Amino acid sequence: MPGSEGKPARVGLRSYIPFCLFLAGGFASWLLHWEPGKEILREFGRFAGEMILVLPLVFMLIGLVDVWVPRKRVEEMLGDESGLKGMLLVILLAFFNAGPLYAAFPIAVMLRRKGCSLRNIFVFLGAFAAMKIPMISFEIGFMGLKFSLLRLAFTLPVFIAVGILMEKLLGRGYEMRLPG
Amino acid sequence: MRGFSIFIILCLAVSFMADRRRTLSGLQRGGRMFLNVMPTLLTVMILMAVALYLIPAPLIARVLGEQGGALGFLLAASIGSIVLLPGFIAYPLCSTLMKQGASVPVIAVFVTTLMMVGVLTLPMESKFFGLKAALLRNGLSLAGAVVVAILMGLSYARI
Repeated sequence: MPGSEGKPARVGLRSYIPFCLFLAGGFASWLLHWEPGKEILREFGRFAGEMILVLPLVFMLIGLVDVWVPRKRVEEMLGDESGLKGMLLVILLAFFNAGPLYAAFPIAVMLRRKGCSLRNIFVFLGAFAAMKIPMISFEIGFMGLKFSLLRLAFTLPVFIAVGILMEKLLGRGYEMRLPG
Repeated sequence: MRGFSIFIILCLAVSFMADRRRTLSGLQRGGRMFLNVMPTLLTVMILMAVALYLIPAPLIARVLGEQGGALGFLLAASIGSIVLLPGFIAYPLCSTLMKQGASVPVIAVFVTTLMMVGVLTLPMESKFFGLKAALLRNGLSLAGAVVVAILMGLSYARI
């Protein structure tokens, strides 16, 4: 397995330089009352607030899944031989999720490492992007039931097609690794 | 979000009671991954903050409401592909667009690309999936979004 076992973190302090420069710039614009800089800093704060809450939890869950869930089970349920049932299962898994799409990236890689088929990985991502319950309820509220149901009806076959194509284009053996 | 946090904390508690050492090693792995993703994540957040400053939501509403036809469609697809908006900002914006008279395909392509295509998150996505897979997924999703939008346009008024 291409994995993380026992290796020390390879990310040095140097990779934080862009962020430090950004913070310095933000601080300077705050001191000099430069409005665009302050505005960008505010937007950044909003994103940071959203992510800093979600991501540590996601990674905590991934760590736990890594040590507890046996590869054989996942392979049986979501692997290459899992068929329609496996696909349905990943869609359900995505359905009951919350958070932005990038929170699903590490989850997808973990599923892949545990033996989930490539097709199901990308079906999972599509479902995570387009049909999470919290999002659908928002959509129905603002756009109406008709818009929402039609969009879902057309989007579902589209991301299943994306999953099948991705597997064809990348090859079944395409591996993913967790950074770390 | 609240349910999610409670769920994870419960998992953590159960895991601790079952096997302390195993739990700690899981947390250590999770933490290491998090630290490794952090710099990329910060870069993505900086990009998003700058993008939202340059193209704020009211400007998107004005441009997409005024531009009809192919140009409007193209603009909606481009903005949707680049920017990432959470649902609670995106949907109120789309409902405003609808009221301002933007067409269904324009709104549909905007929403679908917002959700499925993320140019700004590409650095992060390629770190997890590899550059090739990330580019392919975004490209195919963009094509898919166009298909969804056209089908929406063909069917919405007839149902």
